[in-house]
Amino acid sequence: MIAPAAQASSRLSRRAFDVDAVRREFPILSTLSRGQPLVYLDNAATSQKPEDVIAAISRYYRSENANIHRGVYQLSERATLAWEAARRRVAHFIGAGSSDEVVFVRGTTEAINLVASSFVRRQRAAADVVLVTEMEHHANIVPWQLAGAATRPIPITGAGQLDLDAAERMLAEGPRLLAVAHVSNAIGTINPVAELCQIARRYGVPVLVDGAQAAPHLAIDVQALDCDFYCFSGHKVFGPTGIGVLWARQEHLTSMPPYQGGGDMIDEVTFERTTFAPAPRRFEAGTPHIAGATGLDAALSWLEAQDRDAVARYEEHLRDYATEVLTEIPGVRLFGTGTERAPVQAFVLDGVHPHDLASLLDADGICVRAGHHCTQPLHRALGVSSTARASFALYNTTAEIDLLGEGLIRARKVLGR
Amino acid sequence: MSTLAELYQSVIVEHDRSPRNYRALAAPSHHAEGRNPLCGDEVSVELRVGAGGMIEEIAFQGHGCAISRASASMMTAALQGKSVGEARELFDRFHALVTGTAAEGDIGKLAVFRGVAEYPMRVKCATLAWHAMKTALDPGAQ
Repeated sequence: MIAPAAQASSRLSRRAFDVDAVRREFPILSTLSRGQPLVYLDNAATSQKPEDVIAAISRYYRSENANIHRGVYQLSERATLAWEAARRRVAHFIGAGSSDEVVFVRGTTEAINLVASSFVRRQRAAADVVLVTEMEHHANIVPWQLAGAATRPIPITGAGQLDLDAAERMLAEGPRLLAVAHVSNAIGTINPVAELCQIARRYGVPVLVDGAQAAPHLAIDVQALDCDFYCFSGHKVFGPTGIGVLWARQEHLTSMPPYQGGGDMIDEVTFERTTFAPAPRRFEAGTPHIAGATGLDAALSWLEAQDRDAVARYEEHLRDYATEVLTEIPGVRLFGTGTERAPVQAFVLDGVHPHDLASLLDADGICVRAGHHCTQPLHRALGVSSTARASFALYNTTAEIDLLGEGLIRARKVLGR
Repeated sequence: MSTLAELYQSVIVEHDRSPRNYRALAAPSHHAEGRNPLCGDEVSVELRVGAGGMIEEIAFQGHGCAISRASASMMTAALQGKSVGEARELFDRFHALVTGTAAEGDIGKLAVFRGVAEYPMRVKCATLAWHAMKTALDPGAQ
């Protein structure tokens, strides 16, 4: 099933990148699912966690737990330092100019809701339009609508790439904001975000980049991208759930009103009026997910310790191998076939509904997602009501992709019409 | 092989491939649609209920997975000629069967859906058409 070219590149990758060693760091990967070795191919939904992350969270609760910015005692001081160290780690991970531009939130969804509330709704003009794309996740559509803006989509081409001519035309109309995924969660397309930011800049349109799917795969540099907002979730980048990041340019953070009110985000409170702490604390009301931030710190530290170029080459190899294996199976149709793609592949198998396919694969211990992957408008554009999706991480193997292929062939035998 | 794989090899696959009563009725007295927002599956169920409360005709249309299609097909076959009261009672027994919440009584051919109880994520697929049927008979009740 492996073409000679793939075999050669597979040997190269093995030399440069030891996937077996990486797998040993993820305890869940040696567990069983329905009595078979777990084959986890739903990484776009959430990633598994390395021992470093699990240990960091456990250590925090065992020996470091206290509230932050409150106590003068040493334990609280240490928790505060850990929280701020995590902020600096994030700033480094995304190339931010200052850690003051990093706001901790629950995840990408909350980051977008924060911008929708504080940047769009609270500073809104009548008939605001937020430009999105046809491939956006619901989390990058619905918050803008709730903020009272109209969402207009940049269309995609047949290969699942953005129509840049249309993008320029639509940006020229002066929307309030462009909100675009760095990487599509359903079809893996890597959008030309730097180019889009450049065009948007010409028309004075700020840009929010949803980096949820980019963070585990790409090196991120918010200053090189020249965007205004960037957000991602900890749990998709080998960290814990419930912690995520909004990065925003200082000029936006200082002019944006608070998102939620509460403790820790204030300067002075009276019954007449309240003044607020400077950013980023102004946007972090209440006791945050401190353990989550220490876990995220450990996750980013773990990822940065990998040879990122070797990881990128290995993931490209996984992506191309999956495309090859799936293409060889009669009746498989792939969605997202452009050259710039993360290892995320949506597909359908002729005559087998994606939900049945996912259930039959599950019986073999293989986890794939079936449905619309929170991208109903994209599926409408693709002309299907649902797809199956296999999404890979650096710990997946070509052997697992072979198992996926064999599972598909078995499913077609059971159900194929 | 798991229970679900066995399930797929049985009568369910046959009903998925050749669903019974897959059509629109000329003059339905009751109808309702069901949607599963999780997967986008849709089913429309139509009934013609006679004066004595008998289901004279029942049919369905829509798109969905094998479990939901087979379940809709077998539901229409099971309810043809039954009374509205019997349909409501069968709904409860089928629901109990696929959620594994009650000892099963005699449920006839529908017993092939027993394995669904082991896959809670698929219960909605198996009950989509049944909920539409119930809504058609008792609008506003659910």
